[in-house]
Amino acid sequence: MAGSPVQVTGTVLTMRRVDAYHALTVVAPGIADRFRPGHFVTVAVGGPRTSTLTRRAFAVHDVKPDYGGTVELVFTVRGAGTAWLADRRARDPLDLVGPLGRPFPLPRDPASCLLVGSEYGAAGLFALADALQQRNCRVDFVLGAASSDRVFGALRARRMAETATLTTRDGSLGVRGSVVDVLPGVIADTHADVVYACGPMSTLGGVTAVCAEFGIPVQVSVEELMACGIGLCMTCTVPVIGDDGVTRMTRACVDGPVFRGERVRFDDLGTIPFDAHGAPGGDRAR
Amino acid sequence: MPADMRTYLAHVELPNPILTASGCAGTGRELAPFADVTRLGALTTRTITMAPRAGRPTPRMAETPSGLLNAVGLQGPGVDAFLARELPWLAERGARTVVSIGGGSVAEFSALARKLTDAPGVTALEVNLSCPNVEDRGRVFARDPSAAGEVVAAVRTAARYDLPVIAKLQPDVADVVAIAKACVDGGAEALSMINNPVGMAIDVDRMRPALAAGTGGLSGPAIRPLAVKCVWQVHAALPGTPVIGMGGVTSGRDALELVLAGACAVAVGTVLFHDPYAGHRVLRELEELLQERGFDRLADAVGLAHRPSHRTDREESSP
Repeated sequence: MAGSPVQVTGTVLTMRRVDAYHALTVVAPGIADRFRPGHFVTVAVGGPRTSTLTRRAFAVHDVKPDYGGTVELVFTVRGAGTAWLADRRARDPLDLVGPLGRPFPLPRDPASCLLVGSEYGAAGLFALADALQQRNCRVDFVLGAASSDRVFGALRARRMAETATLTTRDGSLGVRGSVVDVLPGVIADTHADVVYACGPMSTLGGVTAVCAEFGIPVQVSVEELMACGIGLCMTCTVPVIGDDGVTRMTRACVDGPVFRGERVRFDDLGTIPFDAHGAPGGDRAR
Repeated sequence: MPADMRTYLAHVELPNPILTASGCAGTGRELAPFADVTRLGALTTRTITMAPRAGRPTPRMAETPSGLLNAVGLQGPGVDAFLARELPWLAERGARTVVSIGGGSVAEFSALARKLTDAPGVTALEVNLSCPNVEDRGRVFARDPSAAGEVVAAVRTAARYDLPVIAKLQPDVADVVAIAKACVDGGAEALSMINNPVGMAIDVDRMRPALAAGTGGLSGPAIRPLAVKCVWQVHAALPGTPVIGMGGVTSGRDALELVLAGACAVAVGTVLFHDPYAGHRVLRELEELLQERGFDRLADAVGLAHRPSHRTDREESSP
């Protein structure tokens, strides 16, 4: 485990637009120090007398040592909470908790690593790519989105990786289709030893299925609705198979968000699998 | 001089009146990086059941104005795993622990009480009469005075004589005072209120219920007026019974409101999801508010709003 999480009042340094997304940089030394790739942070939205009680969780795009330590988040406006966040300006205070969750495990020896990201979920992969390259790993990217302005980090991926394959659903950039469609070809071309994936659950399920065909390990960072991000509320649970072979409703926030892909029961999301630990016996969950 | 914040649940003294509400503080371990759980008046566990429970499918949560709908379905490891892994952690640190228990039958409640009564570190038992999102709702104890009284009596009989039994009440009932009286007649030494009233939200984009379970428990500041009403009514009818007030408390002012309505202790719940340090913050704010108003003791403020004109009253009582 990395250091335990902290709750800090950070100060907004910059807020900028990156294609279709907002990128927010906050001075938050305690969090930047403890960060490892794959960690996430939560933000309280709406100010001190807010009527929005749940914290918003975001992958960390980047940490930098400036001003004692900064954290950069990438997000899109999806509701009142993220709209409030998009209105923050330099010097505004922001209540942050982090770093949270289980980070990406890194290979001990140099390996060929394929990083797959969908929409702004790709933001969480760049710190990972840096860490992998420091370990002399080969890094390749597959980034996809609905349209070209929603493919996050294409330029940076092209600059830093051996190859960067881009996909869009409307064909406006790169290959028409989804990241899952191009994955078999890219795995074959790059001789990938391991795949890391961020994005919506449906994408992660598809990526995991492809990796299973190739027999290579895959680490996925899951997305599930969460209220607190620190393990209290029990709302972000995902059916995950444990080391003992037993499926448990597992909290994405403290036991994830990174899981081995084959351990996550993607086909059973939104249900309590009948064989899960503590599943109702007589009346099966719908 | 700071006000004396000690409070009592039956004969058990708590150093301060701020508790965590059931299901909102995890096992205690999750809060520990942010706040010292031993400095709380007490920590209330999530509801402990006999068997492990996987809970409800996701989505389990929907945000509503000033509130939160949840349908977790009492996910938990079961009482044996609780006794083996979760309670000892709290006991070792000296945290005062109120153990919430839930079952589908009177027999299950008394079996839980028997298992927990001699475990080191249990400060009190809280009988969850009304978790609104349990899947098999064969019996809803909280809505029926005789069923509520029966469960409380069974727990009271099974628990050691000096372990206080607290009954947790639900607000969306016909007559909360009748339920409260039945629980006290059944042997409850204290009452805690309110549990989540049942609510529902529909996602208009998907055009389906927002929660997989359909309905869920509503919590947060949206329900605070319900809590104030229930505490007020029950304190008026049963002034000698200690009441733990809860429901949307986010600040010292909110806590003081429940104290003035008749609560001698106050629990923070949903606000911990927003601010894990909230328990300690609310305690400090409540202390300051009491001091500003010239109270020497928390106990002097309990139920004060029931007096027609408390200012004259206080002058009369201290000539």
